Amino acid sequence: MSDLHGIARGIRRRALDLTIQKNGCYLSQALSAAEILALLYGKLLHIGPSTAPAVPGPFPGVPRPGFHPLGADYNGPREPGYDRLLLSAAHYAVAVYAALVETGRMAPEGLEQFNEDGSSVEMIGGEHSPGMELTTGSFGQALSQAGGIALARRLRGESGRVFVFMSDGEFEEGQTYEGVQACVHYNLDKVIVFVDVNGQQVDGAIADVMGIEPLAGRLEGFGAAVQVVNGHDLEALEKAALVEHRGKPLFVLCYTDTARGVPLLEERKPYLHYVRFKSDEEKRQYADFLAAM
Amino acid sequence: MITETQVHERNLVRFAADKPEVIVFSGDLTGSTEIKLFRDTYPDRFFSLGMAEQNMMSWAGGMAREGFLPHVHTFAVFMYRRALDQIEMSIAYPNLRVRMFGFLPGITTPGGVSHQAVDDIAVLRGVPNMTIFETGDATDVESVLDLAHAVDGPVYVRMIRKEVPRLFPADRPARFDRVRVVRSGGSGAGPDLTLVTAGITTEEAMRATAYLAGQGVSVEHLHASTLKPFTDEQVVQSAAAGRYGVLSVENHTVSGGLGTCVAELLAQHGTGKPLRKLGLMDTYAHGASQQYLMKEYHLDALSIVRAVQEMIGESFDATEEDLAAVRLSDFAATGQLEAL
Repeated sequence: MSDLHGIARGIRRRALDLTIQKNGCYLSQALSAAEILALLYGKLLHIGPSTAPAVPGPFPGVPRPGFHPLGADYNGPREPGYDRLLLSAAHYAVAVYAALVETGRMAPEGLEQFNEDGSSVEMIGGEHSPGMELTTGSFGQALSQAGGIALARRLRGESGRVFVFMSDGEFEEGQTYEGVQACVHYNLDKVIVFVDVNGQQVDGAIADVMGIEPLAGRLEGFGAAVQVVNGHDLEALEKAALVEHRGKPLFVLCYTDTARGVPLLEERKPYLHYVRFKSDEEKRQYADFLAAM
Repeated sequence: MITETQVHERNLVRFAADKPEVIVFSGDLTGSTEIKLFRDTYPDRFFSLGMAEQNMMSWAGGMAREGFLPHVHTFAVFMYRRALDQIEMSIAYPNLRVRMFGFLPGITTPGGVSHQAVDDIAVLRGVPNMTIFETGDATDVESVLDLAHAVDGPVYVRMIRKEVPRLFPADRPARFDRVRVVRSGGSGAGPDLTLVTAGITTEEAMRATAYLAGQGVSVEHLHASTLKPFTDEQVVQSAAAGRYGVLSVENHTVSGGLGTCVAELLAQHGTGKPLRKLGLMDTYAHGASQQYLMKEYHLDALSIVRAVQEMIGESFDATEEDLAAVRLSDFAATGQLEAL
């Protein structure tokens, strides 16, 4: 677990560093999701070594006949026994990129391309971006695609699991419930969904914008298996992901803190969707904090 | 005229026989979209996704990524209208081989505005990577699975169902991005005008052109089965040769459908001939019989004849009875339908 703590700390440091360098980033998402992604890339995912270049190439163009970019190559080869990771909340791309660097799947130079014109390391990535298999960002669609992928893999007799990373805001979208319903209907127990329940969205606190609780009750009502954990507790996260859930998709609801590890952000809550500094003085404060991190 | 029933139902089973990767999705409309026989013949390849079309389209994208060929069946409105973002993000952007069969095009249903796909072609023509076919007879319906199968990307098919006319020989399938010459304008001086139709308007147009021929008006009639891409220079050549321009007739709004395809093509080639469009004139329709609605929205044979009259500045006093008296089977039998 000490390695995983190190990965989580590295994800936070790299995201904060980028936020300072580029004066703006989806920082709070990396802070709330750091342990979840550390666990996935550091231990839980059964995947092979990256088959992609350590330093990502430029944007390769959109998918077209005869060409399909595969950001998922950073997650290793597609093999029947290997797991997949599908990022539903594409705004968390920076956290995935940082996790790839922390686990040796991408060179640190890759992060320097973040949000640069012509780069594939985009702010809200697509399937050409490192670590991404789907083009998400329009919320609530990855779970349905994961269901299709998991059903296809079951038809082929594959043993690999399909992990999905979702944000809690996606549980305001109607399609999410269609996806849960269908995954339950087809008994897709290879589908394991980590939900970053950080309680915040663009306009503020989820409870004020459009409440989604009781989330566990909703999902249990649909017939899914549900685990509720502290999303910063690595042991609890792992235990929840390994729980028996035969015949049902598993949702691990990870309750998290958007300022975790960077207490300076507390004063901005609940407006943390995109962090940009308002003055040079504020930027210096964060730079000093990073230096001591 | 010969009509046949359940053409897609039988053809889909034939088509899928040697293609184990072909799977079929139903959105709770298994009987209504002619996939019952597929379900009963290949139950392991049939998937019920219920009344949850957003999920169904994304789910199809997921399975297509894994090498399956989802053939998604439901009423068109529940795909292109209800689940457009899912079609774009889960299927079209990644250029996946999902085949969407949209039933109840335009005014073919008494189900009213909620069930009538009046702007599907306009909406989906704007979607990058999308290929679009429309079916107007049994031969089109039989052609379209093979046409779609050859496309490396998403395909939308405007489907007709139940009892459909056999307008074209079964052994002369539709060709990709090629219009079919239903009636030639004749050699030499060129036709008086060019008529372009697709889907159910073709049968009406065939009645109209048969009547017009009897009045000494020569019409070159072209039938389109591919609506995206739409590049066949036969349309341009015919329009350029004609005296009075082009008339398009579509079971769709006149913005963004067949008439717009024709307009763009003619403009690109600098053809400089007038184009008149018959179709739903920027309006939704309502629930009534197809026959009634075709008259109301001027898609029927008599409306086509009247539009031609206005274009060429002549008057024939055509009546419903005159057009009803036209028996299409007679023309097929006597070889008057040329170059089918």
